[in-house]
Amino acid sequence: MSELSVNHLLGIKYLNKEDIELIFQTADHFKEVINRPIKKVPSLRDITIANLFFENSTRTRLSFELAEKRLSADVINFSAASSSVKKGETLIDTVSNILSMKVDMVVMRHPNPGAGIFLSKHVNASIINAGDGAHEHPTQALLDSYSIRERLGEVEGKKIVIVGDILHSRVALSNIFALKLQGAEVKVCGPKTLIPKYIESLGVEVETNLRKALEWCDVANMLRVQNERMEISYFPSTREYIQLFGLNKAMLDSLSKKIVIMHPGPINRGVEITSEVADSDQAIILDQVQNGVAIRMAVIYLLASKIK
Amino acid sequence: MGQKLLLNSKEINIILHRLACQLIENHTTFEDSVLIGIQPRGVYLADRLQKILKDDYNIKDVLMGKLDITFYRDDFRRSSKPLEANKTSIDFVVEDKRVVFIDDVLYTGRSIRSALTAIQSFGRPRDIELLTFIDRRFSRHLPIQPDYNGRQVDAINEEKVKVHWKENEGEDAVYVVNK
Repeated sequence: MSELSVNHLLGIKYLNKEDIELIFQTADHFKEVINRPIKKVPSLRDITIANLFFENSTRTRLSFELAEKRLSADVINFSAASSSVKKGETLIDTVSNILSMKVDMVVMRHPNPGAGIFLSKHVNASIINAGDGAHEHPTQALLDSYSIRERLGEVEGKKIVIVGDILHSRVALSNIFALKLQGAEVKVCGPKTLIPKYIESLGVEVETNLRKALEWCDVANMLRVQNERMEISYFPSTREYIQLFGLNKAMLDSLSKKIVIMHPGPINRGVEITSEVADSDQAIILDQVQNGVAIRMAVIYLLASKIK
Repeated sequence: MGQKLLLNSKEINIILHRLACQLIENHTTFEDSVLIGIQPRGVYLADRLQKILKDDYNIKDVLMGKLDITFYRDDFRRSSKPLEANKTSIDFVVEDKRVVFIDDVLYTGRSIRSALTAIQSFGRPRDIELLTFIDRRFSRHLPIQPDYNGRQVDAINEEKVKVHWKENEGEDAVYVVNK
Protein backbone atom coordinates (compact mmCIF):
# COMPACT_ATOMS: atom_id res chain seq x y z
CA MET A 1 0.00 0.00 0.00
CA SER A 2 1.27 3.40 -0.89
CA GLU A 3 0.96 6.31 1.47
CA LEU A 4 -0.56 9.77 1.22
CA SER A 5 1.50 12.37 -0.61
CA VAL A 6 0.77 14.93 2.12
CA ASN A 7 1.40 15.19 5.88
CA HIS A 8 -1.68 17.34 6.52
CA LEU A 9 -5.16 17.42 5.05
CA LEU A 10 -5.52 21.14 4.42
CA GLY A 11 -7.63 20.98 1.28
CA ILE A 12 -8.49 18.78 -1.67
CA LYS A 13 -6.36 21.14 -3.77
CA TYR A 14 -3.22 19.56 -2.28
CA LEU A 15 -4.24 15.94 -2.95
CA ASN A 16 -3.77 13.87 -6.07
CA LYS A 17 -5.99 11.20 -7.58
CA GLU A 18 -4.03 8.35 -5.96
CA ASP A 19 -4.46 9.94 -2.51
CA ILE A 20 -8.22 9.99 -2.96
CA GLU A 21 -8.28 6.37 -4.13
CA LEU A 22 -6.15 5.33 -1.14
CA ILE A 23 -8.47 7.14 1.27
CA PHE A 24 -11.50 5.43 -0.31
CA GLN A 25 -9.92 1.96 -0.15
CA THR A 26 -9.01 2.50 3.49
CA ALA A 27 -12.51 3.82 4.21
CA ASP A 28 -13.96 0.60 2.74
CA HIS A 29 -12.19 -1.34 5.49
CA PHE A 30 -13.32 1.06 8.21
CA LYS A 31 -16.90 0.94 6.95
CA GLU A 32 -16.78 -2.80 7.59
CA VAL A 33 -15.30 -2.14 11.05
CA ILE A 34 -18.04 0.31 12.10
CA ASN A 35 -20.71 -2.21 11.17
CA ARG A 36 -19.30 -4.86 13.51
CA PRO A 37 -20.84 -5.67 16.91
CA ILE A 38 -17.79 -3.99 18.46
CA LYS A 39 -16.94 -0.98 16.35
CA LYS A 40 -13.53 -0.13 17.68
CA VAL A 41 -9.96 -0.94 16.63
CA PRO A 42 -6.85 -0.25 18.70
CA SER A 43 -4.68 1.20 15.89
CA LEU A 44 -4.18 4.72 17.26
CA ARG A 45 -3.92 3.95 20.95
CA ASP A 46 -0.69 5.97 21.24
CA ILE A 47 -1.99 9.04 19.38
CA THR A 48 -3.61 12.11 20.94
CA ILE A 49 -5.83 14.33 18.83
CA ALA A 50 -7.10 17.82 19.64
CA ASN A 51 -10.35 18.96 18.08
CA LEU A 52 -10.22 22.74 17.87
CA PHE A 53 -13.49 24.31 16.84
CA PHE A 54 -13.29 28.07 16.51
CA GLU A 55 -16.66 28.00 14.77
CA ASN A 56 -19.89 26.18 15.58
CA SER A 57 -20.32 22.66 14.35
CA THR A 58 -22.36 19.71 15.46
CA ARG A 59 -22.17 16.90 12.93
CA THR A 60 -18.59 17.46 11.79
CA ARG A 61 -17.30 17.61 15.36
CA LEU A 62 -19.29 14.53 16.40
CA SER A 63 -18.20 12.68 13.28
CA PHE A 64 -14.52 13.46 13.88
CA GLU A 65 -14.76 12.59 17.55
CA LEU A 66 -16.46 9.29 16.80
CA ALA A 67 -13.86 8.47 14.14
CA GLU A 68 -11.04 9.24 16.59
CA LYS A 69 -12.58 7.16 19.35
CA ARG A 70 -13.26 4.21 17.05
CA LEU A 71 -9.53 4.24 16.26
CA SER A 72 -8.76 4.32 20.02
CA ALA A 73 -7.03 7.70 19.91
CA ASP A 74 -7.12 9.95 22.97
CA VAL A 75 -9.25 12.99 22.25
CA ILE A 76 -9.40 16.48 23.70
CA ASN A 77 -12.03 18.97 22.65
CA PHE A 78 -11.88 22.69 22.54
CA SER A 79 -14.42 25.21 21.39
CA ALA A 80 -13.70 28.89 21.01
CA ALA A 81 -16.74 29.96 22.97
CA SER A 82 -15.28 28.68 26.24
CA SER A 83 -11.60 29.45 25.68
CA SER A 84 -8.85 31.97 26.12
CA VAL A 85 -9.38 33.09 22.52
CA LYS A 86 -12.01 35.33 24.03
CA LYS A 87 -9.30 36.73 26.28
CA GLY A 88 -7.19 37.75 23.29
CA GLU A 89 -4.84 34.82 22.77
CA THR A 90 -3.48 34.33 19.22
CA LEU A 91 -4.11 31.19 17.20
CA ILE A 92 -0.48 30.07 17.30
CA ASP A 93 -0.32 30.58 21.07
CA THR A 94 -3.54 28.67 21.63
CA VAL A 95 -2.37 25.74 19.52
CA SER A 96 1.20 25.78 20.86
CA ASN A 97 -0.16 25.55 24.39
CA ILE A 98 -2.25 22.56 23.45
CA LEU A 99 0.63 20.90 21.59
CA SER A 100 2.97 21.32 24.54
CA MET A 101 0.69 18.82 26.26
CA LYS A 102 1.99 16.27 23.68
CA VAL A 103 -0.75 16.28 21.09
CA ASP A 104 0.05 14.58 17.76
CA MET A 105 -2.74 15.78 15.53
CA VAL A 106 -5.03 18.78 15.31
CA VAL A 107 -8.47 18.82 13.71
CA MET A 108 -9.42 22.44 13.24
CA ARG A 109 -12.43 24.41 12.11
CA HIS A 110 -11.84 28.12 11.82
CA PRO A 111 -13.81 31.03 10.34
CA ASN A 112 -10.77 32.38 8.47
CA PRO A 113 -9.83 30.89 5.08
CA GLY A 114 -6.30 29.48 5.15
CA ALA A 115 -6.16 29.11 8.94
CA GLY A 116 -5.09 25.47 8.63
CA ILE A 117 -2.38 26.25 6.08
CA PHE A 118 -1.06 29.04 8.31
CA LEU A 119 -0.98 26.76 11.33
CA SER A 120 0.74 23.90 9.47
CA LYS A 121 3.68 26.23 8.82
CA HIS A 122 4.08 27.20 12.46
CA VAL A 123 3.40 24.15 14.59
CA ASN A 124 4.75 20.65 14.65
CA ALA A 125 1.62 18.50 14.36
CA SER A 126 -0.44 16.92 11.64
CA ILE A 127 -3.32 19.26 10.76
CA ILE A 128 -6.73 18.28 9.41
CA ASN A 129 -8.86 21.09 8.10
CA ALA A 130 -12.46 20.62 9.24
CA GLY A 131 -13.59 23.75 7.41
CA ASP A 132 -11.84 27.09 7.06
CA GLY A 133 -14.27 29.91 6.34
CA ALA A 134 -15.61 29.78 2.80
CA HIS A 135 -12.44 28.08 1.56
CA GLU A 136 -12.30 24.27 1.91
CA HIS A 137 -13.94 21.43 3.80
CA PRO A 138 -11.95 18.47 2.47
CA THR A 139 -13.43 15.61 4.52
CA GLN A 140 -16.94 16.64 3.46
CA ALA A 141 -15.93 16.53 -0.21
CA LEU A 142 -14.27 13.14 0.28
CA LEU A 143 -17.34 11.65 1.94
CA ASP A 144 -19.55 13.14 -0.78
CA SER A 145 -17.48 11.53 -3.54
CA TYR A 146 -17.30 8.30 -1.55
CA SER A 147 -21.09 8.27 -1.25
CA ILE A 148 -21.47 8.86 -5.01
CA ARG A 149 -19.01 6.02 -5.68
CA GLU A 150 -20.98 3.77 -3.34
CA ARG A 151 -24.34 4.55 -4.97
CA LEU A 152 -23.31 4.80 -8.64
CA GLY A 153 -20.22 2.57 -8.77
CA GLU A 154 -17.77 5.27 -9.73
CA VAL A 155 -17.33 9.03 -9.84
CA GLU A 156 -15.51 9.26 -13.16
CA GLY A 157 -17.75 10.41 -16.01
CA LYS A 158 -20.69 11.21 -13.72
CA LYS A 159 -22.50 14.53 -13.95
CA ILE A 160 -22.89 16.42 -10.70
CA VAL A 161 -24.67 19.70 -10.14
CA ILE A 162 -24.09 21.71 -6.99
CA VAL A 163 -27.12 23.86 -6.24
CA GLY A 164 -27.48 26.86 -3.98
CA ASP A 165 -25.15 29.22 -2.17
CA ILE A 166 -21.88 28.54 -3.94
CA LEU A 167 -20.34 31.86 -2.92
CA HIS A 168 -20.21 31.15 0.82
CA SER A 169 -19.71 27.41 0.55
CA ARG A 170 -16.49 25.62 1.44
CA VAL A 171 -18.32 22.38 0.62
CA ALA A 172 -18.81 23.57 -2.96
CA LEU A 173 -15.16 24.45 -3.54
CA SER A 174 -13.80 21.23 -2.04
CA ASN A 175 -16.38 19.22 -3.96
CA ILE A 176 -15.44 20.90 -7.24
CA PHE A 177 -11.75 20.07 -6.69
CA ALA A 178 -12.49 16.48 -5.66
CA LEU A 179 -14.97 15.75 -8.46
CA LYS A 180 -12.82 17.26 -11.19
CA LEU A 181 -9.81 15.33 -9.93
CA GLN A 182 -11.77 12.10 -10.28
CA GLY A 183 -12.93 12.94 -13.79
CA ALA A 184 -16.54 13.96 -13.12
CA GLU A 185 -18.37 16.75 -14.91
CA VAL A 186 -19.52 19.56 -12.62
CA LYS A 187 -22.07 22.34 -12.96
CA VAL A 188 -23.11 24.87 -10.38
CA CYS A 189 -26.61 26.28 -10.16
CA GLY A 190 -27.99 29.14 -8.07
CA PRO A 191 -28.83 32.84 -8.06
CA LYS A 192 -26.17 34.75 -9.99
CA THR A 193 -25.39 36.77 -6.88
CA LEU A 194 -24.42 33.58 -5.03
CA ILE A 195 -22.10 32.26 -7.73
CA PRO A 196 -18.48 33.48 -7.58
CA LYS A 197 -17.45 35.56 -10.58
CA TYR A 198 -14.47 33.43 -11.61
CA ILE A 199 -15.99 30.00 -10.91
CA GLU A 200 -15.64 28.99 -14.59
CA SER A 201 -11.87 29.13 -14.25
CA LEU A 202 -12.20 25.96 -12.13
CA GLY A 203 -13.62 24.14 -15.15
CA VAL A 204 -17.25 24.14 -14.07
CA GLU A 205 -20.24 25.46 -15.97
CA VAL A 206 -22.86 27.80 -14.57
CA GLU A 207 -26.55 27.04 -15.03
CA THR A 208 -29.15 29.39 -13.58
CA ASN A 209 -32.18 27.26 -14.47
CA LEU A 210 -32.71 24.54 -11.88
CA ARG A 211 -34.83 22.30 -14.11
CA LYS A 212 -32.24 22.33 -16.89
CA ALA A 213 -29.49 21.56 -14.38
CA LEU A 214 -31.41 18.63 -12.89
CA GLU A 215 -32.27 17.19 -16.32
CA TRP A 216 -28.57 17.20 -17.12
CA CYS A 217 -27.18 15.65 -13.94
CA ASP A 218 -26.84 12.22 -12.31
CA VAL A 219 -26.40 13.70 -8.84
CA ALA A 220 -27.65 16.94 -7.31
CA ASN A 221 -25.87 18.23 -4.22
CA MET A 222 -28.26 20.70 -2.61
CA LEU A 223 -26.50 23.27 -0.43
CA ARG A 224 -27.95 25.35 2.34
CA VAL A 225 -28.25 29.11 2.04
CA GLN A 226 -25.75 30.34 4.61
CA ASN A 227 -27.66 33.29 6.03
CA GLU A 228 -25.13 33.62 8.86
CA ARG A 229 -22.41 34.54 6.36
CA MET A 230 -24.50 37.13 4.54
CA GLU A 231 -24.18 40.75 5.53
CA ILE A 232 -26.28 41.95 2.60
CA SER A 233 -29.27 40.49 0.77
CA TYR A 234 -28.24 38.32 -2.17
CA PHE A 235 -31.79 37.56 -3.30
CA PRO A 236 -35.11 39.36 -2.76
CA SER A 237 -36.78 36.86 -0.43
CA THR A 238 -36.58 33.28 0.82
CA ARG A 239 -39.92 32.68 -0.87
CA GLU A 240 -38.50 33.65 -4.24
CA TYR A 241 -35.41 31.51 -3.62
CA ILE A 242 -37.64 28.50 -2.92
CA GLN A 243 -39.63 29.08 -6.11
CA LEU A 244 -36.54 29.28 -8.29
CA PHE A 245 -34.00 26.99 -6.59
CA GLY A 246 -35.93 24.87 -4.10
CA LEU A 247 -36.37 21.21 -5.04
CA ASN A 248 -39.75 19.63 -4.38
CA LYS A 249 -41.13 16.16 -5.02
CA ALA A 250 -43.21 17.24 -8.03
CA MET A 251 -40.13 18.50 -9.84
CA LEU A 252 -38.07 15.47 -8.83
CA ASP A 253 -40.73 13.09 -10.16
CA SER A 254 -41.14 15.03 -13.40
CA LEU A 255 -37.49 14.50 -14.39
CA SER A 256 -36.74 12.02 -17.16
CA LYS A 257 -34.43 9.91 -14.93
CA LYS A 258 -33.97 9.12 -11.24
CA ILE A 259 -31.24 11.34 -9.95
CA VAL A 260 -29.41 11.01 -6.62
CA ILE A 261 -30.02 13.76 -4.04
CA MET A 262 -27.27 14.79 -1.63
CA HIS A 263 -27.12 17.38 1.12
CA PRO A 264 -24.19 18.15 3.42
CA GLY A 265 -26.49 19.21 6.25
CA PRO A 266 -27.86 20.90 8.19
CA ILE A 267 -31.00 20.90 6.04
CA ASN A 268 -33.39 23.80 6.03
CA ARG A 269 -36.43 21.68 5.24
CA GLY A 270 -38.78 23.51 2.91
CA VAL A 271 -36.08 25.84 1.61
CA GLU A 272 -33.45 24.12 -0.57
CA ILE A 273 -35.31 20.79 -0.48
CA THR A 274 -38.70 19.78 0.84
CA SER A 275 -39.14 17.10 3.50
CA GLU A 276 -40.53 14.68 0.93
CA VAL A 277 -37.36 14.97 -1.14
CA ALA A 278 -35.06 14.73 1.87
CA ASP A 279 -36.79 11.54 3.03
CA SER A 280 -37.20 9.95 -0.42
CA ASP A 281 -35.27 6.87 -1.51
CA GLN A 282 -33.37 9.00 -4.01
CA ALA A 283 -31.75 10.93 -1.16
CA ILE A 284 -28.52 9.52 0.30
CA ILE A 285 -28.21 12.15 3.02
CA LEU A 286 -27.97 9.70 5.92
CA ASP A 287 -25.54 7.47 3.96
CA GLN A 288 -23.34 10.55 3.69
CA VAL A 289 -23.37 10.92 7.46
CA GLN A 290 -22.45 7.27 8.02
CA ASN A 291 -19.73 7.40 5.37
CA GLY A 292 -18.40 10.53 7.05
CA VAL A 293 -17.18 8.50 10.01
CA ALA A 294 -15.48 5.90 7.79
CA ILE A 295 -13.82 8.59 5.65
CA ARG A 296 -12.56 10.50 8.69
CA MET A 297 -11.22 7.28 10.21
CA ALA A 298 -9.35 6.64 6.96
CA VAL A 299 -7.90 10.15 6.80
CA ILE A 300 -6.82 10.12 10.44
CA TYR A 301 -5.37 6.61 10.15
CA LEU A 302 -3.38 7.43 7.00
CA LEU A 303 -2.05 10.73 8.38
CA ALA A 304 -1.23 9.17 11.76
CA SER A 305 0.84 6.48 10.05
CA LYS A 306 3.10 9.28 8.79
CA ILE A 307 3.78 10.72 12.25
CA LYS A 308 7.26 9.61 13.27
CA MET B 1 18.91 -14.68 -3.39
CA GLY B 2 18.90 -18.46 -3.16
CA GLN B 3 15.92 -20.60 -2.36
CA LYS B 4 15.61 -24.20 -1.23
CA LEU B 5 12.57 -26.41 -1.73
CA LEU B 6 11.34 -27.63 1.64
CA LEU B 7 8.09 -29.37 0.72
CA ASN B 8 6.73 -30.38 -2.67
CA SER B 9 3.12 -30.63 -3.77
CA LYS B 10 2.79 -34.33 -2.82
CA GLU B 11 4.15 -33.75 0.69
CA ILE B 12 1.89 -30.72 1.12
CA ASN B 13 -1.13 -32.77 0.13
CA ILE B 14 -0.31 -35.45 2.73
CA ILE B 15 0.10 -32.80 5.44
CA LEU B 16 -3.18 -31.09 4.48
CA HIS B 17 -5.04 -34.38 4.85
CA ARG B 18 -3.39 -35.08 8.19
CA LEU B 19 -4.37 -31.60 9.47
CA ALA B 20 -7.94 -32.13 8.27
CA CYS B 21 -8.09 -35.47 10.11
CA GLN B 22 -6.69 -33.92 13.29
CA LEU B 23 -9.37 -31.22 13.08
CA ILE B 24 -12.07 -33.88 12.70
CA GLU B 25 -10.66 -35.74 15.68
CA ASN B 26 -11.29 -32.70 17.89
CA HIS B 27 -14.33 -31.15 16.23
CA THR B 28 -16.18 -34.23 14.82
CA THR B 29 -19.13 -32.61 13.01
CA PHE B 30 -17.99 -28.98 13.20
CA GLU B 31 -21.45 -28.10 14.46
CA ASP B 32 -20.17 -25.32 16.76
CA SER B 33 -16.79 -24.87 15.13
CA VAL B 34 -15.63 -22.18 12.73
CA LEU B 35 -12.46 -21.80 10.68
CA ILE B 36 -10.93 -18.34 10.61
CA GLY B 37 -8.27 -17.70 7.96
CA ILE B 38 -5.86 -14.95 8.95
CA GLN B 39 -5.47 -12.43 6.11
CA PRO B 40 -3.79 -12.41 3.75
CA ARG B 41 -2.05 -15.79 3.48
CA GLY B 42 -3.93 -17.91 5.97
CA VAL B 43 -7.04 -17.71 3.82
CA TYR B 44 -5.64 -20.00 1.10
CA LEU B 45 -4.91 -22.67 3.70
CA ALA B 46 -8.34 -22.29 5.30
CA ASP B 47 -9.99 -22.62 1.86
CA ARG B 48 -8.04 -25.82 1.18
CA LEU B 49 -8.93 -27.39 4.50
CA GLN B 50 -12.59 -26.51 4.09
CA LYS B 51 -12.55 -28.13 0.64
CA ILE B 52 -10.82 -31.30 1.88
CA LEU B 53 -13.31 -31.61 4.75
CA LYS B 54 -16.16 -31.37 2.25
CA ASP B 55 -14.83 -33.46 -0.65
CA ASP B 56 -12.97 -36.23 1.17
CA TYR B 57 -14.67 -36.47 4.55
CA ASN B 58 -18.20 -35.37 3.67
CA ILE B 59 -18.29 -32.58 6.29
CA LYS B 60 -20.22 -29.89 4.49
CA ASP B 61 -20.97 -26.29 5.36
CA VAL B 62 -18.07 -25.75 7.71
CA LEU B 63 -18.29 -22.04 8.54
CA MET B 64 -15.26 -20.08 7.37
CA GLY B 65 -14.34 -16.45 7.87
CA LYS B 66 -11.48 -14.18 6.92
CA LEU B 67 -9.95 -11.99 9.58
CA ASP B 68 -7.74 -9.00 8.82
CA ILE B 69 -5.51 -7.95 11.69
CA THR B 70 -3.96 -4.78 10.23
CA PHE B 71 -5.72 -2.36 12.58
CA TYR B 72 -4.81 -4.50 15.61
CA ARG B 73 -1.08 -4.82 14.96
CA ASP B 74 1.40 -3.56 17.52
CA ASP B 75 3.86 -2.15 14.97
CA PHE B 76 1.73 0.74 13.66
CA ARG B 77 4.13 3.65 12.91
CA ARG B 78 7.08 1.38 13.73
CA SER B 79 7.47 -0.38 10.40
CA SER B 80 9.01 1.57 7.54
CA LYS B 81 6.23 0.64 5.12
CA PRO B 82 2.60 1.61 5.75
CA LEU B 83 0.50 -1.39 6.76
CA GLU B 84 -1.78 -2.71 4.07
CA ALA B 85 -5.27 -3.71 5.10
CA ASN B 86 -7.21 -6.64 3.67
CA LYS B 87 -10.85 -7.54 3.70
CA THR B 88 -12.44 -8.99 6.81
CA SER B 89 -15.49 -11.12 6.17
CA ILE B 90 -17.03 -12.92 9.10
CA ASP B 91 -20.75 -13.12 8.39
CA PHE B 92 -21.62 -15.13 11.48
CA VAL B 93 -21.38 -14.54 15.21
CA VAL B 94 -18.45 -16.23 16.94
CA GLU B 95 -20.17 -15.98 20.32
CA ASP B 96 -19.80 -19.36 22.09
CA LYS B 97 -18.26 -20.94 18.96
CA ARG B 98 -15.12 -23.06 18.86
CA VAL B 99 -12.76 -21.00 16.73
CA VAL B 100 -9.77 -22.35 14.82
CA PHE B 101 -7.30 -19.69 13.63
CA ILE B 102 -5.57 -20.74 10.44
CA ASP B 103 -2.34 -19.19 9.20
CA ASP B 104 0.41 -20.36 6.88
CA VAL B 105 3.57 -19.50 8.85
CA LEU B 106 3.89 -19.01 12.61
CA TYR B 107 6.96 -16.89 13.24
CA THR B 108 7.11 -14.29 16.05
CA GLY B 109 3.52 -14.94 17.16
CA ARG B 110 2.63 -11.25 16.92
CA SER B 111 0.03 -11.75 14.16
CA ILE B 112 -1.76 -14.30 16.30
CA ARG B 113 -1.60 -11.95 19.29
CA SER B 114 -3.32 -9.33 17.10
CA ALA B 115 -5.85 -11.87 15.87
CA LEU B 116 -6.76 -12.77 19.45
CA THR B 117 -7.66 -9.12 20.05
CA ALA B 118 -9.38 -8.70 16.69
CA ILE B 119 -11.69 -11.70 17.07
CA GLN B 120 -13.16 -10.19 20.22
CA SER B 121 -14.91 -7.62 18.04
CA PHE B 122 -17.11 -10.42 16.75
CA GLY B 123 -18.11 -11.95 20.09
CA ARG B 124 -16.68 -14.17 22.81
CA PRO B 125 -15.67 -17.58 21.43
CA ARG B 126 -15.91 -20.66 23.66
CA ASP B 127 -12.30 -21.49 22.85
CA ILE B 128 -9.70 -20.65 20.25
CA GLU B 129 -7.17 -23.03 18.70
CA LEU B 130 -4.34 -22.35 16.29
CA LEU B 131 -3.50 -24.28 13.15
CA THR B 132 -0.35 -23.37 11.23
CA PHE B 133 1.22 -24.99 8.21
CA ILE B 134 4.79 -24.04 9.08
CA ASP B 135 5.97 -23.51 12.63
CA ARG B 136 9.26 -21.61 12.77
CA ARG B 137 10.22 -22.67 16.25
CA PHE B 138 12.91 -20.81 18.24
CA SER B 139 11.81 -17.47 16.69
CA ARG B 140 8.85 -16.69 18.91
CA HIS B 141 8.55 -13.29 20.62
CA LEU B 142 5.42 -14.28 22.55
CA PRO B 143 4.21 -17.39 24.38
CA ILE B 144 2.03 -18.66 21.52
CA GLN B 145 2.17 -22.26 20.18
CA PRO B 146 0.12 -24.05 17.53
CA ASP B 147 -2.42 -26.76 18.39
CA TYR B 148 -2.17 -28.26 14.91
CA ASN B 149 1.06 -28.04 13.02
CA GLY B 150 2.01 -28.92 9.46
CA ARG B 151 5.79 -28.95 9.68
CA GLN B 152 8.30 -27.56 12.14
CA VAL B 153 11.12 -25.60 10.53
CA ASP B 154 14.37 -24.38 12.04
CA ALA B 155 15.21 -21.34 9.94
CA ILE B 156 17.49 -18.51 10.96
CA ASN B 157 16.17 -14.96 11.09
CA GLU B 158 17.87 -14.00 7.82
CA GLU B 159 15.81 -16.62 6.05
CA LYS B 160 12.19 -16.37 4.99
CA VAL B 161 9.81 -19.31 4.68
CA LYS B 162 7.43 -18.91 1.74
CA VAL B 163 4.37 -21.06 1.25
CA HIS B 164 3.12 -21.13 -2.35
CA TRP B 165 -0.42 -22.18 -3.18
CA LYS B 166 -1.72 -23.35 -6.55
CA GLU B 167 -4.54 -20.77 -6.45
CA ASN B 168 -2.14 -17.89 -6.10
CA GLU B 169 1.39 -18.81 -7.20
CA GLY B 170 0.46 -21.64 -9.58
CA GLU B 171 2.10 -24.41 -7.55
CA ASP B 172 1.95 -26.01 -4.12
CA ALA B 173 5.41 -25.71 -2.57
CA VAL B 174 7.24 -24.45 0.50
CA TYR B 175 10.58 -22.67 0.05
CA VAL B 176 13.23 -21.38 2.40
CA VAL B 177 14.57 -18.15 0.89
CA ASN B 178 17.76 -16.30 1.80
CA LYS B 179 16.87 -12.63 2.12
